[in-house]
Amino acid sequence: MLPLHDGLVLGVLLLNFFVLGTSRLSSGIRSTALQGAALAALPAVLHPVWSFHKVLLVLGTLAVKSILIPTFLLRAIREASIRREVEPHVGFVGSLLLGALAVAVAFTVARRLPVASSESELLVAASIATVTIGLLVIVTRRKAINQVIGYVLLENGIYLYGLTQSDRVPFLVELGVLLDVFVGVFVMGIVLFDINREFDSLDSARLVHLRER
Amino acid sequence: MIVLLLLAVPAAAGALALAAPRVGARAGTVLGVSLLHLVLVGTLWALPAQAGPGAWISVDALGLLALSLVSFTFAAVGCYVVGYLRHPAPRSGAAPARGGRMFAGCLLLLLAAATLVCVSQHMALLWVGLEAVTLSVAPLIYHERNRRSLEAVWKYLVLSSVGIALALLGTFFLATAQEAGTPLLFSDLMRGARTLHPGWLQAAFVFLLLGYGLKMGLAPLHTWKPDTYGEAPSLVGALMAADVTACAFLGLARVTAVAMHAGIGPFVQPLLIGFALLSLGVAATFMLGQRDLKRMLAYSSVEHMGLLALGLGVGGVGSYGAVYHLLNNGLAKAFAFLAVGNIVLATGTARLDGNRALLRRVPLSAGLLLAGLLALTGSPPFGTFLSMLLLVRATWAGPFRWAALLVCALLAVLFVPFAARVLEATYGDHPTAERHREGPWLIGAPLALAGALLVLGLFLPVPLGDRLAAAAVTLGGQRP
Repeated sequence: MLPLHDGLVLGVLLLNFFVLGTSRLSSGIRSTALQGAALAALPAVLHPVWSFHKVLLVLGTLAVKSILIPTFLLRAIREASIRREVEPHVGFVGSLLLGALAVAVAFTVARRLPVASSESELLVAASIATVTIGLLVIVTRRKAINQVIGYVLLENGIYLYGLTQSDRVPFLVELGVLLDVFVGVFVMGIVLFDINREFDSLDSARLVHLRER
Repeated sequence: MIVLLLLAVPAAAGALALAAPRVGARAGTVLGVSLLHLVLVGTLWALPAQAGPGAWISVDALGLLALSLVSFTFAAVGCYVVGYLRHPAPRSGAAPARGGRMFAGCLLLLLAAATLVCVSQHMALLWVGLEAVTLSVAPLIYHERNRRSLEAVWKYLVLSSVGIALALLGTFFLATAQEAGTPLLFSDLMRGARTLHPGWLQAAFVFLLLGYGLKMGLAPLHTWKPDTYGEAPSLVGALMAADVTACAFLGLARVTAVAMHAGIGPFVQPLLIGFALLSLGVAATFMLGQRDLKRMLAYSSVEHMGLLALGLGVGGVGSYGAVYHLLNNGLAKAFAFLAVGNIVLATGTARLDGNRALLRRVPLSAGLLLAGLLALTGSPPFGTFLSMLLLVRATWAGPFRWAALLVCALLAVLFVPFAARVLEATYGDHPTAERHREGPWLIGAPLALAGALLVLGLFLPVPLGDRLAAAAVTLGGQRP
């Protein structure tokens, strides 16, 4: 049977594909919330030694990545009354295929990297794949809110890599990173509200006034 | 103790301004806090023993120089804000909500975050500070609250979030490369540089170069820069061009020092010099057709960031030149932006079409703009002349002699359109050339910055020279 932490990492990896394959923005946001919950559980499962710091980190990650940010983004799409990504720059099938390619490349790369153990090899591969898929979402989708979702994926991927270094990166920094990510998404959300009000749309393809002429 | 105050005072004042706008969000608060910050930085110069409370947070020579630049430009901008908020709105368009808690609060939080970057000796703490800088600047860019500034802030947020995320990944790679010492502590990284894993270090360098290079605005990662500088209020542009870039430079300089010390120079140097030459080339190309004063300053910033990367790439005397140029360019950009800010307050636009005959309409600000042109193109007697000369000479002396020639050629090409546009704005013809009033706060602030730049060009005070040399040694370079 699959060990629990491997299962969680695979879950994180598969949730990327839900984001890639769905046109419904709310499903995309819910996938990132689930991904956040899996990420919050991972440090506890990987090193089951409990300390005050770890409890705080697990709870903080859970609160920020799987409750606060998704709630905020769901509210944003409700107020802007948009539901779907229509006509992304690369179609859904195409982006799923690109995502699969990213996973294949990530596993090949991770095998060649000098990492400590097989369990961190899986972490590194999943991390590279998630980062790549996050970038893919940012680049190929038109709705501005999808760019925020892509950014959340990107941060989740980096967090996965950070888990392999958890004994080296101090606790304070991890909290700082969490706080920064939260404030970042919050500021993006506020700007999103205003873009929606000014342009009557959350289509980032409309933001073309500032160009070199 | 002093360092903790430097961090706590602006952070607390910023939080106060956001939470209790009636008490905190006044021009007086910004001015008072930035002047207090400047006094505290002054005591750090006088009492070097007060360098910091621990290994993570302490002020070395490089940090002190950047901190002084940040503090001085902030004090000048603090004075400028007083005049800016009193000034009646420019005649074009409805007056946006000026002042207010977002503006004052974010300015103060920006000061706190920039201070954190300058005093961080820990690469991950530096990252946290730089991300806080990015986030506190975003609401300031969006201060005018119109479509164009919305578009600018969105581009800025998306691009710099991606950049800063890549830098975080690079920081984690750096931790992976390290085997001995406290993880990610700059001094331990330098001490154990030879034992770093070269493969991971190369990966770390590439990601940190992309991330922090994007924050600096090195081409081809500069695309947000003209839009952001063009749409942000001029005093925010001044802070971004002087201080936000300085913070990003600190990150890049520290990781470059580690990489050079670890012996992967042959991998690092071509990357840095390539980015530098590309930045100069892009700036020269896009300066040609530019009709907007603020966007021109943005491309000039791309150019000077390229010069900083060149200095880091060349190493040796180049490191000294880069730190020296960081100060000079920061002062020059800050006062040029404030001068353009005065012009925008008077004429309502930064575009050339509405800005001619400025010497008759706003003589003092137009004079400052002309001085800014001289400073930014590296003419004597300003400090930029010396530092740019130093950078070109260091490049010529090293193995990249051809790069020095290319840099000289590109600097010459850059000069022509920049000078032509500024001269058109100051001397050109305009039908309604009535004179506008220029308040003392609005003129005094850029004048103080220009005066400091002049001092740096005419004679280098001894303590400053010593710190510059010490900073160059920190980066693995030497004094010329």
